[in-house]
Amino acid sequence: MTIDEIVKGVLAGNRRSIARAITIAEDNTPEAQKLIAAIYPHTGKAHIIGLTGPGGSGKSTLIEKMVREYRRKGKTVGVVAVDPSSPFTGGAFLGDRIRMQELSTDEGVFIRSMATRNYAGGIAKATKDAVKILDAAGKDIILVETVGAGQSEVEIIKVAQSIVVIHAPGLGDDIQAIKAGLMEIADIFVVNKADRENADKAVMDIQAMLQLNSKETAWKPPILKTTALTGEGVSQLIEKLEEHRHFLEKEEERKKSLLRAEAELVEAVKEKIVNVVIDELKKEGKFEELLQKILNRKIDPSSAAEKLLSGKLKKATRNA
Amino acid sequence: MQSKKKIRVLIAKPGLDSHDRGAKVVARALRDAGMEVIYTGLRQTPEQIVETALQEDVDVIGLSILSGAHKALFPRIMELLSQKGLTDVMVFAGGIIPEEDIAELKKIGIKEIFGPGTPTETIIKYVLENVPERA
Repeated sequence: MTIDEIVKGVLAGNRRSIARAITIAEDNTPEAQKLIAAIYPHTGKAHIIGLTGPGGSGKSTLIEKMVREYRRKGKTVGVVAVDPSSPFTGGAFLGDRIRMQELSTDEGVFIRSMATRNYAGGIAKATKDAVKILDAAGKDIILVETVGAGQSEVEIIKVAQSIVVIHAPGLGDDIQAIKAGLMEIADIFVVNKADRENADKAVMDIQAMLQLNSKETAWKPPILKTTALTGEGVSQLIEKLEEHRHFLEKEEERKKSLLRAEAELVEAVKEKIVNVVIDELKKEGKFEELLQKILNRKIDPSSAAEKLLSGKLKKATRNA
Repeated sequence: MQSKKKIRVLIAKPGLDSHDRGAKVVARALRDAGMEVIYTGLRQTPEQIVETALQEDVDVIGLSILSGAHKALFPRIMELLSQKGLTDVMVFAGGIIPEEDIAELKKIGIKEIFGPGTPTETIIKYVLENVPERA
C-alpha cells in the first residue's frame, strides 16, 4: 500500500488502511509525517475521551460497557489502549483487548493496542497520531485508555478533550492512588466496582480532596459510581461526558464571543478617538489650514496627519 | 526517535479451551524477546481472531489449541485471513496437535507447529527468522 492509498483508505473508513496508518505512525518512519499532514484537515470532529486510573480499577471492562452504550446510541467508536513497554527488552504484553474481544467483529468499532515504547508520560508518542487517524476515519467517539500510576502520567490531557479518572475502592490508600497529577486533570471522577464496600468512602475521599482545591473553575468535576461488570452507572457516565462536551463547546463559543466583543470595542474606541481629535483640531483651526496646504500640494496627507497629531500624541503619552 | 520496526504478534486461543498457560508462556517469552504481543484471551471465534489481527496490524499470529478442534478452526482462520487480504501475516500454531494432522495444516498455510515441551527459545528464533518483510 502506498501512502496515498492508505490516506484514501483511512478517509473512507477502511479498517486495513486505518490499521496500517497507525503502524506507520508508531514506527515513525519518514512517511508518518506525510500521512498525518494529509489526514489532518479531516480531523476535529470526534469527541476524544481519555480514561486513566491505577491498574486494577476496571478501566478495560468499563470501556467495553461504554462502547456498547455508544453503539446503542448509533455512534461509531475508536479505542486506543495503551500499555507500558518493558524498559529492559522493549517488548510489551498488550492484554486490554481481552475484555473487549466481543466488540472485535462490530464494524462500527476499531480497537488498537499500543505500547508506550518507553515514551514518558504514560502514552506513546504515536497515541496522538492514532487518535487523529481514527478521527479522520470518521469515528464519532475515541476512547484512549492509559494506566495512570501517578503524577507523571498526565500527558493524556494533551490528547483528550474530556478526562475520566477511574478509581476503585480497596486499591490501597484511596488518596494515594489519585494524588495531585490525576486529581488536577480529571473532568469526571469514576469510582468503579461500586458494589464493593468502601465505595462511598472512596467517593467521600475524592470529594474531600476536591474541596481542598482553592481554584474556582467553571466546570466542577462530578464523581460517579459505576459497576462495570454489570454496566451500572455507565449510561450516567456517558451523559456526563456529553454534558462536558457541550460545556467545552460553550467555552469555545464564549471565547469566540469574547474575541468578537473585543474587536467591536476596539472599533468603537477608534471611532470615538478619531471624532474627538478631529473636532478639537477643527476648533483650533489647524485642520482647515492643513487642508488648504494639501490642496496646494505644499504637504502630503500623511505628513499633515503627523503634524496635526504630534502635539496631541505627546499630551496623551504624558497623561498616560 | 523510533525508527526500527517492532514485531507485533497476536497470540490467540480459538475454540473452547479453558486453559491458556501455554499461550501465556509463549506470549511472555516473545515479549521478553522485545516483541509487542497482543493476547486475545480464551474462547475466540475465527472471525474475532482475524478481525483482531487486522485491527492490530500484526506481522505474526500464534494459535494455541488444546481442544482437538484445530482441523475445523484453523482452515476457517486461514480462509478468513486470505479473504481479508492478510496473506502476508505469518501463522504458527501450538498445543495438542497430533503428528498425523501436521502435514495437512501446513498445506493450508500454517507455517510451523510447535508441540508441548518446545523450548521457548526455539519459537523466538523461528519467529525472528521467519517474520515476513513488509511491503
